[in-house]
Amino acid sequence: MIPELGQIALVLALAVSLLLSAVPMWGAYKADAALMGLARPLARVLFVLIGAAFIALMASFIRNDFSVLYVASNSNSALPLPYRIAGVWGGHEGSLLLWVMMLAFWMLCVAQFSQHLPQAVLARILAVMGMISMGFLLFMLVTSNPFERLLPMALDGRDLNPLLQDPGMVAHPPMLYMGYVGFSVAFAFSIAALLGGQLDANWARWTRPWTIAAWVCLTIGIMLGSVWAYYELGWGGWWFWDPVENASFMPWLAGTALIHSLAVTEKRGSFKNWTVLLAITAFSLSLLGTFLVRSGVLSSVHAFASDPKRGLFILAFLVLVIGASLTLYAWRAPTVGLGQRFGLLSKESLLLANNVLLIVATGSVLLGTLYPLFLDAMGLGKISVGPPYFDTVFVPLMTPLVFLMGVGPLARWKQAELPELAVRLRWALVVSVVATLATQWLAGKITLGTSVGLWMAFWIVASVCVDLWDKIKPASNIVNGLRKLPTAMIGMMVAHLGVAAFAFGVSMVRTYETERDVKMNINDSTEVGGYVFTLRDVREVQGPNFVAARAEMAITQGGDKPVTTLYPEKRVYRVQSNPMTEAAIDAGVTRDLYVSMGEQLDSGAWIVRIYHKPFVDWIWGGCLIMAIGGMLAASDRRYRARKTADATTPQAMKGAAA
Amino acid sequence: MKRFLLPLGIFLALAVFLGLGLKHDPREVPSPLIGKPAPAFNLPTLGDAQRSLRKEDMLGKVWMLNVWASWCGACREEHPVLVEFARRNVVPIYGLNYKDERPDGLAWLRAGGNPYVESLFDHDGRIGIDFGVYGVPETFVIDQQGVIRYKQIGPITPEVLRDKIEPLLRQLHG
Repeated sequence: MIPELGQIALVLALAVSLLLSAVPMWGAYKADAALMGLARPLARVLFVLIGAAFIALMASFIRNDFSVLYVASNSNSALPLPYRIAGVWGGHEGSLLLWVMMLAFWMLCVAQFSQHLPQAVLARILAVMGMISMGFLLFMLVTSNPFERLLPMALDGRDLNPLLQDPGMVAHPPMLYMGYVGFSVAFAFSIAALLGGQLDANWARWTRPWTIAAWVCLTIGIMLGSVWAYYELGWGGWWFWDPVENASFMPWLAGTALIHSLAVTEKRGSFKNWTVLLAITAFSLSLLGTFLVRSGVLSSVHAFASDPKRGLFILAFLVLVIGASLTLYAWRAPTVGLGQRFGLLSKESLLLANNVLLIVATGSVLLGTLYPLFLDAMGLGKISVGPPYFDTVFVPLMTPLVFLMGVGPLARWKQAELPELAVRLRWALVVSVVATLATQWLAGKITLGTSVGLWMAFWIVASVCVDLWDKIKPASNIVNGLRKLPTAMIGMMVAHLGVAAFAFGVSMVRTYETERDVKMNINDSTEVGGYVFTLRDVREVQGPNFVAARAEMAITQGGDKPVTTLYPEKRVYRVQSNPMTEAAIDAGVTRDLYVSMGEQLDSGAWIVRIYHKPFVDWIWGGCLIMAIGGMLAASDRRYRARKTADATTPQAMKGAAA
Repeated sequence: MKRFLLPLGIFLALAVFLGLGLKHDPREVPSPLIGKPAPAFNLPTLGDAQRSLRKEDMLGKVWMLNVWASWCGACREEHPVLVEFARRNVVPIYGLNYKDERPDGLAWLRAGGNPYVESLFDHDGRIGIDFGVYGVPETFVIDQQGVIRYKQIGPITPEVLRDKIEPLLRQLHG
């Protein structure tokens, strides 16, 4: 019964999304307030219906209803409850449902929090989002129905892929999708503005908090995925340039460019066309990512089952949505004014350079990700593009970007003076170079690559300090000065410091990590990074749905001082009977100790992989700081005090809303 | 106006490639052995350890070599298709029983039917390695001169037989 209710809810949702795409849009065209007024209630109904379908699927998982094909394929009665819930998005059909669920949630947020928008604008925005949800609902119902019955019903389920049985699975996909789909808001705002011909500073100010909110979610989502890969895959790596990772990284890069470009459009009215194009691009890349992941055109460690019919459907949808919006762009953009002029050296030009670098970076990730597909499609052979390509491309792009990150915030709008900037930043430059060399000298090895990475980190910190000092200097004391700073500006500084922490972590772990694969018998010891690892014991333990060989690894330092004891596992899950390594990690601010079990040899000894990873947690800490910066920026009072700002700008549609 | 069409143009070009990409399977790895002589072998048969078959014994006819094992799950899916195909007597099918135990292999053939003229018994998987086998099942079509003309990775399906193997066999048989 419950699956049927979910099914009905999905069909109704499709009908409502059809209404939502058509009626308010028509109303906006005809300036009919009653029709436009339907946008918000329809968006709310859509959320309730999709939410009901989502809950129905979750209930089927919780109740172990193996008469539902999707539940039988992705769950098992022995699966612990949290993973039965996460199992909802453990496969293709449920991932799509999660996607639509997130879209409906963003729509609800727009409907709730955008009452101050002119009615026609809001109607168009919600209608555009309604169209996107219609496409995905149709896709689900036609090719990937999560509620399909399995008759006769299975006695037990095939279990969730053991790789996915991890707390990471509970948090990572919802957060990632929240970010992915969140760019649909900026996209819908842009399409609405192109349709209505109202590309102005107001539009940029309305779009900014939504874009930043989506970017924050995406940042956290990618971070969670990276942490998960780090401890779950057992290779000690945190980023693999896998096509599926790239699929989430591309919208992130484009979204970062968009946030910066929106700042210029809001403050100076420039870059309007470019900003709109970026908003379309960021969401298009989210859709492209969905296509790449769901169609199976690329092989990836995230091996999803692929079905050509599904791929074709998403591709058609992709062409329709992106093609239509780019056509609209080509038609409307020429009529949009250029905004205010700016000098060759100014905050505008520096932000433009930032945008160019970020977009080139996005393009090179796209190229690297799709290159195997291009060659294969042209019959030129099969290749795979690996980390060496991305590393080679990324360092030369990120170095100037980080340099600009230091200069940009200090430069003036419209026209900046080079000598003045040089004087203000000379100490930052000196301090960052000295700190870079000193850090490497202390760590015991100086290399060019590390110098570049560490310099980026110190340069950001030093220039943020200069910027902060310049801004609070005029105030009577530091506390007053800090208090007077706009929240958005503090947010920017915090986010930039996050990049510094990230760059520091990456540089340190790359240069100074130690990795050792050793053969160990019980009571064997080995030394890695100044710590002594002793294998005390390996014994068999029973988990809820797996059996594991659990090792006891005692770690000491400086003679016999105990540091900690780690318990890495080698698990075999009963249903799918594939072995999984469960690495054990002693995390710390200055280093992680990482132990992962390999194979057992015939002699009874174990292959054990041990890593000493200095400052690796700074990578994710940096992402978290970036996200906090984003949250601060999005929470700026300026965006909430919009009502008063609106009152000062004449809005023809305002009367209709009242 | 023209420069504003550029993004659309770039996207459409990309979409064409994505469409072409849908037709290709990224997991399909071309075998370097296609168009090359099959590796030499001299293996006992599964049914009779005293009898053995060499590559030279097979020259002069087109034949199909199917790599299988009783422990292989996908082979269960493939087996009925092969049994059906063998009944039509289009081409002699030989099996390569890969890294298996003799009783297990024989029991499997008793249970599921035997589509093979003979099965070679490759207990240690050495000949499998020579053939570049990395997943079971795999299937090779070998011509009169002992040259490998086709390799199927993964189970044979009625579609593969109809669209790839049978046209090739017709061509080889002239």
